[in-house]
Amino acid sequence: MLRNIIGLLLALLILAGCGGSVGTGAEGAQPGSTAQATQTTAETTDSGPAEAQTVTGETYPNTLTVMSHDSFNLSTEVIAEFEKANNVKLQFLKAGDTGSALNRALLTRGNPLADVFFGVDNTFLSRALSADAFEPYAPQGLDQIPADLRLDPQDRLIPIDYGFVNLNYDKSSDLFKDQAQPEQLPLEDLTRPEFKGKVVVENPATSSPGLAFMLATVDYFGQEKWLDWWRQMKENGVVVVDGWETAYYTNFSGSSGQGPQPIVVSYATSPAAEVAFSEGKLTEPPTGNILPPKGSFRQIEFAGILKGTRNRALAEKWMDYMLSQRVQDDIMPQMVVYPVLPTAKIPEVYQQFAPVPQAPATLDPETIAQNRDTWIREWTEAVLR
Amino acid sequence: MKLETRNGDHRWRLAVRGSLALLRVALSGLPLIFFALFYFYPLAAILRLSFTSAEQSVAGMAALWRDSYYLRVLWFSVWQATLSTALTLAFGLPAAYVFARYQFRGKTLLRALATVPFVLPTVVVAAAFAALLGQNGLVNTALGGLLGRDAPLRLDNTLTLILIAHVFYNFTVVLRIVGGFWANLDPRIADAARVLGANRRRVWFEVTLPLLMPALGAAALLIFLFTFTAFGTILILGGPRFATVEVEIYRQAVDFFNLPIAGALSVLQIVATLALTIVYTRLQERASLPLDLRPQATLQRPVIGWRRRLLVGVVLGVMLVLLLAPLLALAYRSIALGGEWSLRFYRLLQQNQRSSYFFVPPLTAMRNSLMFASATTLLALLLGVPAAYLLTLRQRLLRAILDPLFILPLGTSAVTLGFGYIIALDEPPLNLRTSPLLVPLAHTLIALPFVVRAVLPVLRGIDPRLREAAAVQGAGPLRVLWEVDVPIVARAIVVGAVFAFTVSMGEFGATLLLYLPEYPTMPLVIYRFIGQPGLANYGQALAMSTLLMLVTALGFIAIERLRIGDIGEF
Repeated sequence: MLRNIIGLLLALLILAGCGGSVGTGAEGAQPGSTAQATQTTAETTDSGPAEAQTVTGETYPNTLTVMSHDSFNLSTEVIAEFEKANNVKLQFLKAGDTGSALNRALLTRGNPLADVFFGVDNTFLSRALSADAFEPYAPQGLDQIPADLRLDPQDRLIPIDYGFVNLNYDKSSDLFKDQAQPEQLPLEDLTRPEFKGKVVVENPATSSPGLAFMLATVDYFGQEKWLDWWRQMKENGVVVVDGWETAYYTNFSGSSGQGPQPIVVSYATSPAAEVAFSEGKLTEPPTGNILPPKGSFRQIEFAGILKGTRNRALAEKWMDYMLSQRVQDDIMPQMVVYPVLPTAKIPEVYQQFAPVPQAPATLDPETIAQNRDTWIREWTEAVLR
Repeated sequence: MKLETRNGDHRWRLAVRGSLALLRVALSGLPLIFFALFYFYPLAAILRLSFTSAEQSVAGMAALWRDSYYLRVLWFSVWQATLSTALTLAFGLPAAYVFARYQFRGKTLLRALATVPFVLPTVVVAAAFAALLGQNGLVNTALGGLLGRDAPLRLDNTLTLILIAHVFYNFTVVLRIVGGFWANLDPRIADAARVLGANRRRVWFEVTLPLLMPALGAAALLIFLFTFTAFGTILILGGPRFATVEVEIYRQAVDFFNLPIAGALSVLQIVATLALTIVYTRLQERASLPLDLRPQATLQRPVIGWRRRLLVGVVLGVMLVLLLAPLLALAYRSIALGGEWSLRFYRLLQQNQRSSYFFVPPLTAMRNSLMFASATTLLALLLGVPAAYLLTLRQRLLRAILDPLFILPLGTSAVTLGFGYIIALDEPPLNLRTSPLLVPLAHTLIALPFVVRAVLPVLRGIDPRLREAAAVQGAGPLRVLWEVDVPIVARAIVVGAVFAFTVSMGEFGATLLLYLPEYPTMPLVIYRFIGQPGLANYGQALAMSTLLMLVTALGFIAIERLRIGDIGEF
């Protein structure tokens, strides 16, 4: 039995050893060189910041740390180019969803975990700015960004991308057989009996698209009437779930989960993504957007340099890079949101099926900041209790 | 000459005893140091930050009392946890009995399968349940056809669904902790009672049940705490109308960044846990008796005769339906999604089609998960077994303090502790905020109560006369430990190891908060895929979930095969 214990310890040591020398073991069998390239970066954590290795396997003297929410993504080549050009190794820290990532940044103010933060959206903008956790910096190329996306006059947080939250519908549902223009369906109509139990939304208290859609309804119906609509929706059996994943895959009938509800709160890019992520099986989206004027909410995502960074010069370089053509071209294919740079390239499928909604709701971050918690509380009272 | 040898022998023994005492002190110190550094210190730091002023803390607490909403949340947490615990025990006990007392084929496999639910992310379980019990699910389609009605079962967002999920998740706690203890329990005590004229009922209530109490209590406590602080199952399966204290802490901390209220709720939850544990430990000490625990191979009977066949058949049948159906539904969908049978989603997992920087090959995710789980298992055993030994010491006061202490992490909110880690462990030598070590450390904290609770009832059940007899016959303390304690506790240690491994394989919340993209685990990869629209993403999430089930099941079998000690059933 002693042999068994020793065997166990040995096995664990070997496993632990694998951790140090990633890229030589299991994934040696992986096809393609990108996988290995990604792995090489993993090795660097052990070798420390002094001689950090990068995507291309070269060693660079400095490390720049970027903190973000989970959905941050870019191409391997785009990251490698920056590392090479600036003689720096990039390290990424992902810290949960938008809310928890930002709160982590705010809690570590003064002694930050990273140099740059990506992923504050306009619903959280005021919290981030009033906590005084970001340093002002106007990156190169900022003047090309449309003025209505730049919400911080002091340039502590810079817009990088944006997306729209609105209703998606299942084209195959009988509900839309006789609809002339489902794309223009007014939200008022959803309180009609034929839509009873047919709409699923996310809880604004726990979900970022849920909050965004709630904010759209505030603008759509006005601050006096929006709750009335939600009360009627409650009467009409609106289904509320905790987060987007459940709403889309478990409840929505248009997705691969094939749930019971043909209308869901999702993104304007979702129908196009259904085609893009169908492995060539689809040429047309099985779902569509419902986009009456003011029926969608624009979520803008910002990045900024964290106060207390020890790499200010490099952090500025990264901020410049985030607004460069190179990164902006990469945003739609990797993150499925619209780049802020007007000249950025959009893949064909998104051009075709995810045009930018023309008349989104407009609520400024100040109004959102002042009313956010109250609105969520009122919504909860009206819809859930 | 002769005298000198004896003298030397004696001196050697003294030295051994001395170093053993030192070793014991060092070993018992380890769990305490670990707790001080990785539990109390971060917790204190975040609470201090939440209550920056005395007024604020008073205001936070007062708000809890003023608003009856929070009391209702607390009440709901207690209520659903009580129901969940009772139901899980009701379903789990017959299975624990059958596994403890009968020999049948496929036992190891079945036991491994019963543990698999523990590691599955709630989002995935929700999808499996929807496929099975949802409005358009299999059961509803079948029932609807029979009854001629549309969707006769309406379980979405009901307490029933939460309870089913909790039984699904925690079944294995009863099966392993109670079953493991039961398997070594000498049936001759019950036989003796029967010979003396007691009927089955009386034997069960007056002999077997009291003897099982320590293990039963441990399992009940763990299930209660696990469901009392439930997060994902409540949010995702119960829908937004239900909230436990844990859910409310997350909302307050993350969505509103209202740290005073979140802090006050955390304190409330910890106090409730503490109170429960104190009551429990009091009862438990009275319940545990020295027992003649025996190797189980001698105690198990073959399944012969129609009565036994029927019993074993029914129990295993219920278990299969309850546990296996959702797992199979998942695995089936991962190969049948999109209309045709194929392994394409598994193949897709290996292709970095968009040449994304954050692409993770499946083998890498498996390796990371296994690495963290192995480290967690090792750490949890290294700390948990001495901790359990500490709790068998004679000093009552020490016991009374330590016993609830080792349970507390289960009653502590993951967000609170996660935030505590990043503000407390931010300076050298403990600047661990971006260290991959944080993941196994956090996992160990959650796994520790399971190890302690699995080992403790068995440890307390060891008849001290066994040790005395061994000592009288000349065995040194080390030998007594090795020949008496280890063989008897071995099975419980395996149970603890399985739980530590499982907790780590499936843990998601803490990993997400403390996460470095260099070391993505399998649950993180699942979440990444399920966070985007499109058939390929959903299919890959299902494929990765199926792989997670497989890897975990193989992991258990491996752990159980590494029989530590002579008692094993293989």
